[in-house]
Amino acid sequence: MTTIDLEDQFMKRVAADEKIEPKDWMPEKYRKTLIRQIAQHAHSEVVGMLPEANYISRAPSLRRKAALLAKIQDEGGHGLYLYCAAETLGVERDTLIEELHSGKAKYSSIFNYPTLSWADMGAIGWLVDGAAILNQVPLCKCSYGPYARAMVRVCKEESFHQRQGYEILLTLCNGSAEQKQMAQDSLNRWWWPSLMMFGPSDVDSTNSEYSMKTKIKRFSNDELRQKFVDATKPQADILGIKIPDSDLKYNEQTSHWEFGEINWDEFHNVVKGNGVCNKIRLKERQQAWDNGKWVRDAATAYAEKREQRKNESKQVA
Amino acid sequence: MNSKKNYILHLADNGLILAQRLGEWCGHGPVLEQDIALTNIALDVLGQARYFYQYAAEVDGKGKDEDYYAYFRDEREFKNFLLLEQPNGDWANTIMRQFFYDNFMQLVYTKLMSSNDEQIAAIASKAIKEVNYHLKFSSEWVIRMGDGTEESHQRVQEAANNLWEYTGEFFVPAPYETEMVSQGIATDSASLKNDWQNRVNEIFAEATLQVPQANWFQSGGKIGIHTEYLGIILTDLQYLQRAYPGNTW
Repeated sequence: MTTIDLEDQFMKRVAADEKIEPKDWMPEKYRKTLIRQIAQHAHSEVVGMLPEANYISRAPSLRRKAALLAKIQDEGGHGLYLYCAAETLGVERDTLIEELHSGKAKYSSIFNYPTLSWADMGAIGWLVDGAAILNQVPLCKCSYGPYARAMVRVCKEESFHQRQGYEILLTLCNGSAEQKQMAQDSLNRWWWPSLMMFGPSDVDSTNSEYSMKTKIKRFSNDELRQKFVDATKPQADILGIKIPDSDLKYNEQTSHWEFGEINWDEFHNVVKGNGVCNKIRLKERQQAWDNGKWVRDAATAYAEKREQRKNESKQVA
Repeated sequence: MNSKKNYILHLADNGLILAQRLGEWCGHGPVLEQDIALTNIALDVLGQARYFYQYAAEVDGKGKDEDYYAYFRDEREFKNFLLLEQPNGDWANTIMRQFFYDNFMQLVYTKLMSSNDEQIAAIASKAIKEVNYHLKFSSEWVIRMGDGTEESHQRVQEAANNLWEYTGEFFVPAPYETEMVSQGIATDSASLKNDWQNRVNEIFAEATLQVPQANWFQSGGKIGIHTEYLGIILTDLQYLQRAYPGNTW
């Protein structure tokens, strides 16, 4: 079969909602798009551990400390399955990690914002994980099998994290005036960056068209963003805190909450590396990786020695 | 009653302070799998601490909850081993601290499973399953580093040498502990020394490491006289509860 036939067959399978598996033929562009997206997703999980790790030592109760530790650990686990999913496409985890450190690969820009209070642990769960779920639920049906299957488990855990985050804020909002203020301040800082998590507006999104065509992606950035606003507004009302958007209003005809203009200049700058934490996050990841080199080397050296000894004892026997 | 409360708090503080240190690794491990493994241990020892704090609250009978004992006691009231408040350092140092502690706690929990105090026995029976796994993990890493590369061997040997002086405290009973031993509630920690030492010898031999020979040991943690590190740990740990007292979080 010629490549054109193969590509035609591939598109037919995708159109019929069949899953593409690692050993199946796939167009190079599809493979590259997936590697880019899955790696970016894996990196986001791993870099995303840092802003929350910032509050482990200061968690205000033992129950919250345990829940936060477990949550961050889940994110590490998500990173792990996602790197494994990317490896099924013929790329090594170490290569992807090096691309993260060199700045060639991206991760979600939301993690370049700082965590400045305990309420941020709530806001990250509620808003950031909430936005992530909307992005990720459709990925459970993504055309690439290993990615789709990894997402099923990730989504279950994320929805637990989201409820946990919301519950942190609910507790603060039912607490003292200072606690409620903490929650409001956190919403003020995380609201707009959360809307930016869905990526550029559809008219400006460079990677979306191919991803939609090959069913890696099933909803557009703007569709998902609207869903997020519609779902989140009533939740903010229950908390009794105010979304920081004076243009936010309900449209009876469309049954949607219309929202104000996103600051795309800020978005592009943070993506480019100008966020307040971009350098700190990458440096911290790079340092962890560099400091761990001798540990990884030791593990490899020991495993090799053991293998060698096993072979030697076999020969003697 | 005070001795019993103090003994339980000693066990609880060990778990909390170690979890606090291990939590610093979260997101910073040498490789993702080990990052996750260390967080697991942190969660286990934190869980053990919570059971003990809850029980201490019951024994204390003042209607306080677990958080009161973690967040509103001062440095001099904490009874954890000095070993556990020592900084993480590198992976070798963290693992060696863990190995020394796991090795000891496996012996302690095994004995406490038949404590006259049912609640302590029950907590020990749950904790022993976790500690068995922790000890396997830390022993394997000591061996892997000792018998790995030249650099890892040197680092893990140095960690052992540096932390050795904090292990003597395990075997010197505090007054509240002696009282609990006499009631069949606690185990006589001095009697665990040989088993502990034998295991160190065994694992170090396999790891091609030298067992440190120094025989001067630091002590004080169990009776609330700590190294300078504990105050800083508590400042961090207790900050929100102390800054905004009387709230629910």
